[in-house]
Amino acid sequence: MDFALSEEQQLLRHSVERLFADHYAFEARKRYAQEKDGFSRALWARYAELGLLGLPFAEEHGGSGGGPVETMIVMEAIGRALALEPYFATVVLAGGLIRLGGSEALRAAIVPKIASGELILAFAHAERQSRYDLADVAATARRVGSGYMLDGAKSLVLHGDSAEKFVVSARLGGGQRDRDGIGLFLVDAADKGVSTRGYATVDGLRAAEVTFAGVRVPAEAALGTPGAAFPLIERVVDAAIAALAAEAVGAMAAMHALTVDYMKTRKQFGVTIGSFQALQHRAADMLIALEQARSMAMLATMMAAEDDVRERRAAISAAKVQIGRSGRIVGHGAIQIHGGIGMTMEASVGHYFKRVTMIDTMFGDADHHLGLLAESGGLIAA
Amino acid sequence: MDLRFTPEENAFRAEVRAFMKSALPHSIRDKMIEGRHLIKEDLVTWQRILNAKGWGVPHWPVEWGGTGWGPVKTYIFREEVQQAPAPEPLPFGVNMVGPVIIAFGNEAQKKRFLPRIANLDDWWAQGFSEPGAGSDLASLKAAARRADGHYVVNGQKTWTTLAQYADWIFCLVRTDPAAKKQQGISFLLIDMKTPGITVRPIQTIDGGREVNEVFFDDVKVPVENLVGEENKGWDYAKFLLGNERTGIARVGISKARIRRLKELAALEQSGGKPLIADERFRAKITAVEVEIKALEMTELRVVAERTRSNKPDPASSILKIKGSEIQQIITELLVEVVGPYALPDQVPHDESDRWNEPPVGPDWAGPLAPQYFNYRKTSIYGGSNEIQKNIIAKAILGL
Repeated sequence: MDFALSEEQQLLRHSVERLFADHYAFEARKRYAQEKDGFSRALWARYAELGLLGLPFAEEHGGSGGGPVETMIVMEAIGRALALEPYFATVVLAGGLIRLGGSEALRAAIVPKIASGELILAFAHAERQSRYDLADVAATARRVGSGYMLDGAKSLVLHGDSAEKFVVSARLGGGQRDRDGIGLFLVDAADKGVSTRGYATVDGLRAAEVTFAGVRVPAEAALGTPGAAFPLIERVVDAAIAALAAEAVGAMAAMHALTVDYMKTRKQFGVTIGSFQALQHRAADMLIALEQARSMAMLATMMAAEDDVRERRAAISAAKVQIGRSGRIVGHGAIQIHGGIGMTMEASVGHYFKRVTMIDTMFGDADHHLGLLAESGGLIAA
Repeated sequence: MDLRFTPEENAFRAEVRAFMKSALPHSIRDKMIEGRHLIKEDLVTWQRILNAKGWGVPHWPVEWGGTGWGPVKTYIFREEVQQAPAPEPLPFGVNMVGPVIIAFGNEAQKKRFLPRIANLDDWWAQGFSEPGAGSDLASLKAAARRADGHYVVNGQKTWTTLAQYADWIFCLVRTDPAAKKQQGISFLLIDMKTPGITVRPIQTIDGGREVNEVFFDDVKVPVENLVGEENKGWDYAKFLLGNERTGIARVGISKARIRRLKELAALEQSGGKPLIADERFRAKITAVEVEIKALEMTELRVVAERTRSNKPDPASSILKIKGSEIQQIITELLVEVVGPYALPDQVPHDESDRWNEPPVGPDWAGPLAPQYFNYRKTSIYGGSNEIQKNIIAKAILGL
């Protein structure tokens, strides 16, 4: 039982934090958001140079064989910096699916390009009707010759507007919400029949609606077993939730620090507002919420690669519940204590609040995961 | 980072669990599960069983009966005690005055008191709070003046838990009336049989008589019963209160109570089906389970930190706040489980443990409403949760 980082992990943390400290002042972030893809391509290259983009992948493909803890370190730093780059979409989500589901040939072809920063990927999975049900897939994959033909509309594809390739889920058989019958395919964004409508999200990131109309893919483009890819999706999404939990913790910690600093400088009635007990207690409540969230993000990280699906899902759901609830407590408190200035686009605190709020809506909010956990019998057996 | 305990730690847990199963008397275990009051003999019996095993005062130095376990084993032990569920030791001796005597007492005091604390031969009470000194403890007024080899103590203590059983009481008393608030306080050990001491019970809203007022009227205390130096008592009290917060998360107890809650919710019917099948009620329980898990992880982080540095951690205030809130919400849900059968007043109002009357309604209903009322205390004692937030604001946030 150990919560400390190894020496290598501490070095990784220092180098990531250094990268963001040097390049991610709040004003710089505004400039990056104005770039064509909504993030900094130059910084993306720096991520690659530091080895961040190859972190979870095998060494033979240009990676460094890191695990969930390494991902947690990067994601927490991303949360603190409110970084805009598509790390989560490319490395954690699509990269995770390729790492765990791609054939040897496919991994050998794709992973080195992820690690070098040449390739941006996105996971095209959610659909208009699917909400938080991972198995609700209406898009279809029909066998045509030795390959497949994909049809369907995917929604809220994170960084789908800059992705060069998509990992797309589509149904080969079964009913629309069946766990069986789902396949995953690697599709080139430039392929005939793929159309993309990109947009900004309220937290300053990017997403896209992506339509696949009669898109032909070869058999080699399949990830996992066509028709039986659901456990792979579930596994990668669980790891992604752990990563989001770490990002949320980073953002909450930054918000809390900004708030406590503000309490020490802002004066009213001739004294700093931090001298008021009502505000002190609110800041203490925020700290408790933050630490409980941090504890659960650590739990999620340590359980992200657990093979026992029930245990893993229970821990991940519990973490998502905690992150959602803590996010409200920290976010609402941070805006309230900042007062009017917290309501402005000019202050960074509101941007953290928005990011943390949006994280709750991704892959199931607190209520959704509380329901899943309750249905599965909870954490403590009777 | 690694969640797993070592094979040695797991073996240790299995050993403790097996011991709890075989050595904890069933009558005591049943009372713990059902939320009924323990009587003095229950605590004495259990403490002596533990002490005979060498586990009576695990956190003390080995020379005084401690086990030499590190923070992780101590944590595992405590969790297994709580989950058994076995009574936690009477805190006033083993967690409060014992460590103070070990740290600040003289050799004679150590030899005289420590073995008797470990075996619960002496029942100790805590004489800190006064009618005018609650959260603002340093404003206490009970005074001791020195006269011919004695201190003469006058004043009143209150909220004195289980003083009706006490052989001894440790008290904070003012020995220098001219000194500023925190100075001029001394730490005295007082034999409850000394003439001039009167104990009067206070009945709490649950109907119980757990706490008392203790009056001191010209009580003569030999000077050798002063701990450490005269007028340095506040430092010892701060040390003691720092210890009081360790283990305050009560995660093991809360887990055991959740199991009980689920058991009872499966027995109670609502709308023709077990209450546990009600989605809304189950979601409420699950929400508490998430809180418990988060608190458990936070406590483990504190424990792991303690293996590296032995400094008192202000994070223990977080454990106190969340731990008490969770205990309170569980007692609230237990009352919800029995629903209307919370109504009959079925608590024995004398100090014996009789439960002679046939129960009204389900036989588990009796203690649940009183337990809920009683547990409002958890956010008040040991430094109220608001005081804990003051500590967080000051010690962690620097406000």
